[in-house]
Amino acid sequence: MRGPAPTSPREQAAASAPPNQTQSVLEIRDLSVSFAAASGQLMAVQHVDLTLAAGEIVGLAGESGSGKSTLALGACRLLRPPAVITGGRVTYRGRRVGAAGVEILEQSAHQLRSLRWREIAIVFQSAMNALNPVLRVRDQLGDALDAHLDLSREQRRERLTGLLDIVGIPRERLSSYPHELSGGMRQRVMIAMALAVDPELVIMDEPTTALDTVVQREILAEVAELQRELQFAILFITHDLSLLLEIADRIAILYAGRLVEVGTADEIQHRTAHPYTRGLLESFPSVRGPRRELAGIPGSPPDLRAIPKGCPFQPRCRFARSECHGVDMQALPVPGSSPGHISACPFVPPAFAGPMGAHVVASVPRVEETR
Amino acid sequence: MSQATAEGGFCPAASSLGPLVLEAQELSKDFRIGHGLRGSVLSAVRGVSLQLHRSAVVALVGESGSGKSTVAKLLAGQEAPTSGRILLDGRSVAPSAGRAFRRYKRDVQLLFQDPFASLNPVHKVHYPLERAVRLHRAGLRRAGVAAELTRLLEEVRLTPPEHFLGRYPHELSGGQRQRVAIARALAVKPRVLLADEPVSMLDVSIRLEVLDVIDQLRKRFQLTVLYITHDIASARYFADETLVMYAGEIVERGPSEELTQRPAHPYSQLLLAAAPDPDRLGAPVEERILRGSRRASSALSTTTGCRFSPRCPFSDEHCKAHSPPLRAIGRQRAAACWRIDVTAPELVSERLGGRCVPMST
Repeated sequence: MRGPAPTSPREQAAASAPPNQTQSVLEIRDLSVSFAAASGQLMAVQHVDLTLAAGEIVGLAGESGSGKSTLALGACRLLRPPAVITGGRVTYRGRRVGAAGVEILEQSAHQLRSLRWREIAIVFQSAMNALNPVLRVRDQLGDALDAHLDLSREQRRERLTGLLDIVGIPRERLSSYPHELSGGMRQRVMIAMALAVDPELVIMDEPTTALDTVVQREILAEVAELQRELQFAILFITHDLSLLLEIADRIAILYAGRLVEVGTADEIQHRTAHPYTRGLLESFPSVRGPRRELAGIPGSPPDLRAIPKGCPFQPRCRFARSECHGVDMQALPVPGSSPGHISACPFVPPAFAGPMGAHVVASVPRVEETR
Repeated sequence: MSQATAEGGFCPAASSLGPLVLEAQELSKDFRIGHGLRGSVLSAVRGVSLQLHRSAVVALVGESGSGKSTVAKLLAGQEAPTSGRILLDGRSVAPSAGRAFRRYKRDVQLLFQDPFASLNPVHKVHYPLERAVRLHRAGLRRAGVAAELTRLLEEVRLTPPEHFLGRYPHELSGGQRQRVAIARALAVKPRVLLADEPVSMLDVSIRLEVLDVIDQLRKRFQLTVLYITHDIASARYFADETLVMYAGEIVERGPSEELTQRPAHPYSQLLLAAAPDPDRLGAPVEERILRGSRRASSALSTTTGCRFSPRCPFSDEHCKAHSPPLRAIGRQRAAACWRIDVTAPELVSERLGGRCVPMST
């Protein structure tokens, strides 16, 4: 265990995840981000603890406006005013920066430049807008190489073609402009750019949301393959939990800027502890197996300028009871599960059985009889 | 291309629900690319026939560029077909500026994918609704219009209505905006709703509610729905019949549940293999993907043979030379593939021969 002995339950919970803590590549501690809005402070991210181990794929899921991107961008100091980081610590521990790690929130702008891309790279949401339309693929990829590596002409050329090879784009596409590429190819170029200087952590912000299912599947397969070869860690952000269940090692669920549940993909799916996670799981139709009853999540996320007291999910929760107004939103270990499995709902035990009484929902998908 | 219906023994899955309302017969649409001698022709839609029945949902599934949206535009009268016919209640419809066509446009409403782009940001919610009501139902007094707007918003579950009427689109969430778009389409009391990817821009958790709104409206107003999507899993839950489209052609059709559980055409099989499925947890992602599925960039310009053959693991010389017709492979199913015996052997052996009784229209 690193640092002083954990005292509060939250620190305990956070310190216990992930299991293999000696190799953490990014540690987010108690991070809060708010936006200064005319109508008051908007608390976009509140007291989030999240740790990524080296070579791990961590999924970050939640609805639009839950603070997924703000959390990831905030941890890299990529947010501009009116966003303000109001508290917390972010420690980066890559192989190249030494065991002590780098406190990202304390770095100067100059120090950050050498950290970004080289150590932490980002694949942005919209490949349509993230590529410069007037530069050829070769020039966009080359920029990253020139900024971080000192390569000879020959090495540079080799590196460029090598990058296209690993993401499965024909080499002659180096001279193409972004508009000459399909959506899937553009996204592949984005991934090649992110991997250009061999980072240890890649943040993928909804990398496949704009693509259709077949292309999405191809790109996910490629990402998984590259990740296994090159052993970088991934923070994968999406609103589609079904994707994460397939590719992520661990999944963190965010609601109204707070972590409501963290666990392995298997725990999230089969030992669901938070009603919001359950809602997300019941939102997507399945292709195979019996037809499940789909519930969705009624209502919409709360106004982050006026988050209700107690549990923020309570107005939309079908298990809500009067005590929920007074619940302190602390993510605590789920009883009877692995130490890394934490949930912010103290009432609903795993598998949604037990004290919920009449509300018990079978953990096995039910067959829907009538349409 | 010959049609499944001509084979006999085939009756579309949606036909059991209600009489035929809107029908497309052998619709084709070519787009000219470039000019003069260097110009070429892209056939975006080729010989598409489909039947939309009252209170039935038909899903049109395919990837980007397969021609799904072009079919919707042809049916909505926004584009003129290169060949083929559109029939509403058995009467042929031709795009024109005349009164009959205006009537048609009222009966057949199009719902767009992007609720951020389809609502004018400078107008409050009541404006597009009011315009639709006034244009199509002239003679309604002011009080009548106001009551109608309230009713419309309640219909799409935007309550209380007065809370939403004075809002600008940017003050609404994506799901709320899409429901305003649905209300606008409903304002003219349409009979057919062409929903072009109505939920793909929305959060997963919001999609169900919007689809449920459409489903309830379908039941209450006996609305005929064409649901266009690239998400075959949602078609399974939402549509009575599913048509799979590839490179401008219908390659398979059948009852949604049957088609998704036992796809016959290799392209349907690819689409289903690509859908996210958490229950496959544990096996590495790469093993699950159908290899050799890499997009063939020239699919649309392939002139001879099966358009899917460059990507198809089962294709042979015959496939590359001859275009497969859409043939019945069951009482309610049809597929356009020469190699059904290889791709779905169990379906071939079950082939039924009963005749389809035509529904009265």
